[in-house]
Amino acid sequence: MSTQAVEPKNYLNAAHTVRSWLFTVDHKRIAILYLVSISFFFFLGGAAAFIFRLDLMTPQGDLLQSDTYNRLFTMHGVIMVFLFLVPSIPATLGNFLVPIMIGARDLAFPKINLMSWYLYMAGGACILWAIVDGGVDTGWTFYTPYSTAFAKSNVAITLVGIFIAGFSSIFTGFNFIVTIHKMRAPGMTWFRLPLFIWAHYATSLIMVLATPVLAVTVFLAALERLFGFGIFDASKGGDPVLFQHLFWFYSHPAVYIMILPSLGVVAELISAFSRKRLFGYRFVAFSSIAIAALGFLVWGHHMFVSTQSPYLGIVFSLISFLVAVPSAIKVFNYTATLYKGSVSLDSPMIYALGFIGLFVIGGLTGIFLATLATDVHLHDTYFVVAHFHYIMVGGALMGYLGGLHFWWPKITGRLYSEFWAKISAGLVFAGFNFTFFPQFIVGYLGNPRRYHFYPPEFQIYHVMSTVGSTILGFGYIIPVIYLLASLKWGKKAPANPWEAKGLEWEIPSPPPTENFTGPVVVTEEAYAYPVRKS
Amino acid sequence: MSSDANPYLAHHFDDIVQQHESVSLGMWIFLLTEIMFFGGIFFAYTIYRFLYPDMFHAMSHHLDVTMGTINTGVLLTSSLTMALAVNAAQRGMKKRLVTMLGVTCAAGVIFLVIKYFEYAHKFHVGSVPGRLWTFETEFGNQAQLFYSLYFGATGLHGLHVLIGVVIIGVLTILAWKDKLPQGRAQRVEMVGLYWHFVDLVWIFVFPLFYLIGRT
Repeated sequence: MSTQAVEPKNYLNAAHTVRSWLFTVDHKRIAILYLVSISFFFFLGGAAAFIFRLDLMTPQGDLLQSDTYNRLFTMHGVIMVFLFLVPSIPATLGNFLVPIMIGARDLAFPKINLMSWYLYMAGGACILWAIVDGGVDTGWTFYTPYSTAFAKSNVAITLVGIFIAGFSSIFTGFNFIVTIHKMRAPGMTWFRLPLFIWAHYATSLIMVLATPVLAVTVFLAALERLFGFGIFDASKGGDPVLFQHLFWFYSHPAVYIMILPSLGVVAELISAFSRKRLFGYRFVAFSSIAIAALGFLVWGHHMFVSTQSPYLGIVFSLISFLVAVPSAIKVFNYTATLYKGSVSLDSPMIYALGFIGLFVIGGLTGIFLATLATDVHLHDTYFVVAHFHYIMVGGALMGYLGGLHFWWPKITGRLYSEFWAKISAGLVFAGFNFTFFPQFIVGYLGNPRRYHFYPPEFQIYHVMSTVGSTILGFGYIIPVIYLLASLKWGKKAPANPWEAKGLEWEIPSPPPTENFTGPVVVTEEAYAYPVRKS
Repeated sequence: MSSDANPYLAHHFDDIVQQHESVSLGMWIFLLTEIMFFGGIFFAYTIYRFLYPDMFHAMSHHLDVTMGTINTGVLLTSSLTMALAVNAAQRGMKKRLVTMLGVTCAAGVIFLVIKYFEYAHKFHVGSVPGRLWTFETEFGNQAQLFYSLYFGATGLHGLHVLIGVVIIGVLTILAWKDKLPQGRAQRVEMVGLYWHFVDLVWIFVFPLFYLIGRT
């Protein structure tokens, strides 16, 4: 912080000691704690992926031993899913913005919010320990009986880490639900809430209802691994497939924990950079709830080839198709918002537009996989890998980066280099497609996922993928440089650098500790941009 | 922030009503997550009970119904004393609050002690699934499934009782030292909700494991 003139008091310069950060109950500071920690895990998980992508340049995997390869892709999956994607937007942008956007001074339970960060770190420490101590080789899905009876790697401690990190996610969701219900400012009715809040509300419902089931599942799996309990053990009459049912009962809704907040961010971005009220506000709001609700009824589509009854498969397939409806409602409404808007292509908007394209590809290929007959061919191939990376990386991560760029001036009070931001947004988009589009093809041709070796005729696709991931890597590293540089050399941000609507843009950047200096009364709809005569 | 300056109002709430409603909603949502948590085990129970009804009935006879019944009584009584403690806290009756919290805490401890004897017996006869298993029945290895569920469900429930005992113990000391005035009655009320939930889980666990063989 510079010492020029008198800087107004804000949440960043309120105190400078380490203690004031580690024991803070300010939701904005906790968001920063989360931001730093999830960024660390993101680059760790990314590094693992980069190493095994290098290894996959050659059909016989010259760089790594097969055992190391297995441990690396597991490390990538476990870290990215449980320590990056699930907390990414809710714990950072959500933590920072949910109270501000509804006109509250903090989340309903500030101490529980801090505790959630400590639980996250404790879970992360367990998982790191498991990695340093030799790693895990089960894949992030921990399918029994391999994980409980046969794997010779650190399964139990990883499961403990996931159990603990799960509670941090539960506490985040629980805090958001109570805050959104009880702490809205006068005049902030449900249908005046920004769609970011609706998305977080839907996400929180999933966190609160699904995560406990994951917790009890990994608890039972850990008991089996450590003490030889028999719930998933066929030799004791148990059913290994029951683990898959319980696991996907969480892990499919968890996909929506990752993508819904991102859809919320994109709604904000599209509206702000088209200078228009979001088209079909209520439909977009309810489509978040619909995605959350349907998300609980589709887990069986992960198990079409796992001895599940074909009749059950048909039902799961049909309900999975239904998810396309609310997803399409969102995409169509976002696109319709652009129509006759004053669209400006600032860097957050580039991410948002990239999001829409990639989310559509990811979503439509999901239809292929939800179809029983095609899934038999595509199941457990690179096609699946490409599909969920289009949703998780092309969708969730693009939304996260777009949101981070959009609210960075609010969070830090500094402006970053727009030139470099546009370059890195372009690199991410190009690198991403280069990495994952070839995987659709090689998967369709029959290359199974998670295999260390592949037939030589597939090499061209894998080389493209690896080259793409290198470009993608640069797209992630450049923002770290210019965003950190902006803290020192960036211009001071005004309260509302994008001239956007929303309570967060009416307070100073960075906001004061109590968020608002006076009482907040909301008198207008969300996104009340001036209407243009056509 | 607010001018009427209620000493029990946290800085980020506008008024005490908002605070009470938030805390109460938060507790109910927490209990919802607990239902989903135990739901996973009850789901597994349902599946296996349908697969192996005879084994479940036979194994149920090996559980100690007397101890289970006593424990049910102990826990139900503690729910009554907890409810009385909440009432006493709301009316600011310190002496009764301390007594009722103390009795509830003691009942939790009694429950755990009885549970310990039940567990110890199972270790003794070798009906603990896994490496220690030496229990001989006509159902062979399959019987381990019943005991896996039994230990999983009662273990998790016991852990919840233990947490409850610690929290209620702390509340008893706070009440004793006059740190739980009427304005803080909601704390007792929330712990009460938790304790009733723990009681309710046992109301499902007890018949599903101990009584199914006796119809």
